[in-house]
Amino acid sequence: MSNVVVCLFSASGYDRAAQGVAGAGRRLADSLGAKMHIVAIGPSNPDFNSQAAAVADSVIVADQAELSEYQPEICLEALKQLCRPLEPRAVILSNDTWSQELAPRLAHRLGGSAAGDCLDLTVVDGSIRIKRSVYGGKAVATIELKRSPAVAWVRSRAFDPAALAASTGEIKHASAEIKPDDRTRIVERKSETSGEARLEDAKLIISGGRGLGGPEPFKDLQEVAAMLGGQVGASRAACDSGWCPPSWQIGQTGKKVAPGLYLAVAIQGASQHIAGMSDSKVVAAVNIDPDAPIFKHCKFGIVEDYKKVIPLLKEKLAAMK
Amino acid sequence: MNIIVCLKQILDPEIPVRDFRVDSDKKEATRGSANMVTNIFCENALETALQLREKTGGKITALIFGSVESAEDSLRKALAMKADQAMMVINDGHPHPDPLAVAQVLAAAIRKTGEFDLVMVGRESGDWGVGQTGGLIAEELGIPCVSFVDQIESGADGLIVKRQTDTGWEKAGARLPLVVTVTNNEFNVPRIPKTRDIMMSSRQPITKLTLDEIGVNAGEVRAGGSYYQVVDLSIPVKDVNCEFVSGDTLDEKVGNLAKRIMDIAQAL
Ligand SMILES: Cc1cc2nc3c(=O)[nH]c(=O)nc-3n(C[C@H](O)[C@H](O)[C@H](O)COP(=O)(O)OP(=O)(O)OC[C@H]3O[C@@H](n4cnc5c(N)ncnc54)[C@H](O)[C@@H]3O)c2cc1C
Repeated sequence: MSNVVVCLFSASGYDRAAQGVAGAGRRLADSLGAKMHIVAIGPSNPDFNSQAAAVADSVIVADQAELSEYQPEICLEALKQLCRPLEPRAVILSNDTWSQELAPRLAHRLGGSAAGDCLDLTVVDGSIRIKRSVYGGKAVATIELKRSPAVAWVRSRAFDPAALAASTGEIKHASAEIKPDDRTRIVERKSETSGEARLEDAKLIISGGRGLGGPEPFKDLQEVAAMLGGQVGASRAACDSGWCPPSWQIGQTGKKVAPGLYLAVAIQGASQHIAGMSDSKVVAAVNIDPDAPIFKHCKFGIVEDYKKVIPLLKEKLAAMK
Repeated sequence: MNIIVCLKQILDPEIPVRDFRVDSDKKEATRGSANMVTNIFCENALETALQLREKTGGKITALIFGSVESAEDSLRKALAMKADQAMMVINDGHPHPDPLAVAQVLAAAIRKTGEFDLVMVGRESGDWGVGQTGGLIAEELGIPCVSFVDQIESGADGLIVKRQTDTGWEKAGARLPLVVTVTNNEFNVPRIPKTRDIMMSSRQPITKLTLDEIGVNAGEVRAGGSYYQVVDLSIPVKDVNCEFVSGDTLDEKVGNLAKRIMDIAQAL
């Protein structure tokens, strides 16, 4: 029987992203008639292990000291060593920074083919095909991965969480043989999120674009977002202008979000921006231009100067509370 | 320091959706009247390289694998931005070879340049957005890679690279040789070349190499590679009707907007 391996970082916990990746792995395993194993690297995390074991045929835990924090070269080598004995038909990863960094290189080391930001995985005549958005969200491509294993990093939240397996998978501890590698060494880390939860998991997002004209209006957007229990995102143009941190960027090359409500303020709605938020349940916009493409994606909107709308909106929302 | 910046030329990614068409037989976008431009992340990489050279000195080689008809424009622009030299591997085969084929070509060309310390590529391209070239070049060359880098300084025994993560950033110390993939930030917006430099760039030599000269499996590259194959390309249809909030005054309109927003927020 063949194997599908899902590679996860235990440090992030068995969160919605991990659940989606496991779900993608399980679905693919089912269509291949294969087993689904989770390889978990990072610090020891017993909760993670038991949650993962509930959905997988086995969980391979590598929590040795060398892997307690993310280092690209070391994690890559460890994943190669942990995957190889399973002779996987496919290896599935999430679409976080680290997984994206490692996936193509892991494919190379395993002799496979990689593809990223997958929205769907299918099996056609024994070949693995992935679906992904291309040309800045203007088109969708289906791509057949010709080598084995197929290494796919998936848009994790686009996949339903893995269902509980009939029987709990075995938790095995494994260790990779890691030689010291100090060619690269991450020495400092900093978080600069706009709120508590991850933008990807936010239920409501208010995003600002270049039309805001400067950094100050982002403070107003943050106030409105806070009143609604939401978070603030941005377009690339706003991030490139230095009005907010790059980690707030939403789009093809930013966060992929899917909140219940996405309110775009002074954002044009370029396809590359839409590519990151088109899974939102309801999209709304504030834009001074009635022909702005963003309105093609909106359930409702207002054609006005945001400078007039936002202060008033704040007042009205406060009065409703 | 010898810096190689890999460039890709793509169909202008900013063309509006209404003008965008695909050829579903050839499985690529139809060019129409759109321009070919250098991928923005490659220009972010070049800009980052130029700023690094200001601090550390060194030589920047702009390298492209592309069609002989148009890819030269990207190299001329790189020279006008003040790259030191330019090199092209002529693609006379499949217009979009798969990512492994591209990485093998670029890695072979990089070896051909002689000594290299830092290889810089864009994090992904604005057309196919594959996001694998940097990582695969690193594997082909057997050197490490750091992705999503937006700032580079010189460090104790190599470089300090700052890269974006999902929640903020990380800084890594890195010895050379190294591959980095570059993403955008407020500091690496590509400079606009001066008119005089544009004129001068048109007289600078460009080294041109064929696939047969660089030592790759040229037949396989021309056929598109053996890594993956695009089997379908289509434009998704989506029709949403936007309802503009009503009201006679701004106050009324925003009141209605607030109501709709609050209704949704409370149901979440
Ligand atoms: C390879 C590639 C990747 C990219 N990735 C991303 C990505 O991940 N995310 C992303 O966002 N972009 C991305 N882009 C950029 C994208 O193509 C657009 O350039 C960008 O999204 C535009 O940002 P914007 O809408 O904020 O700015 P603009 O296009 O300048 O639009 C500003 C909008 O504000 C409106 N406006 C102006 N003043 C007011 C006012 N007073 N009140 C109300 N409205 C006002 C205007 O009508 C306009 O619609 C990418 C581009 C490329 C080529």
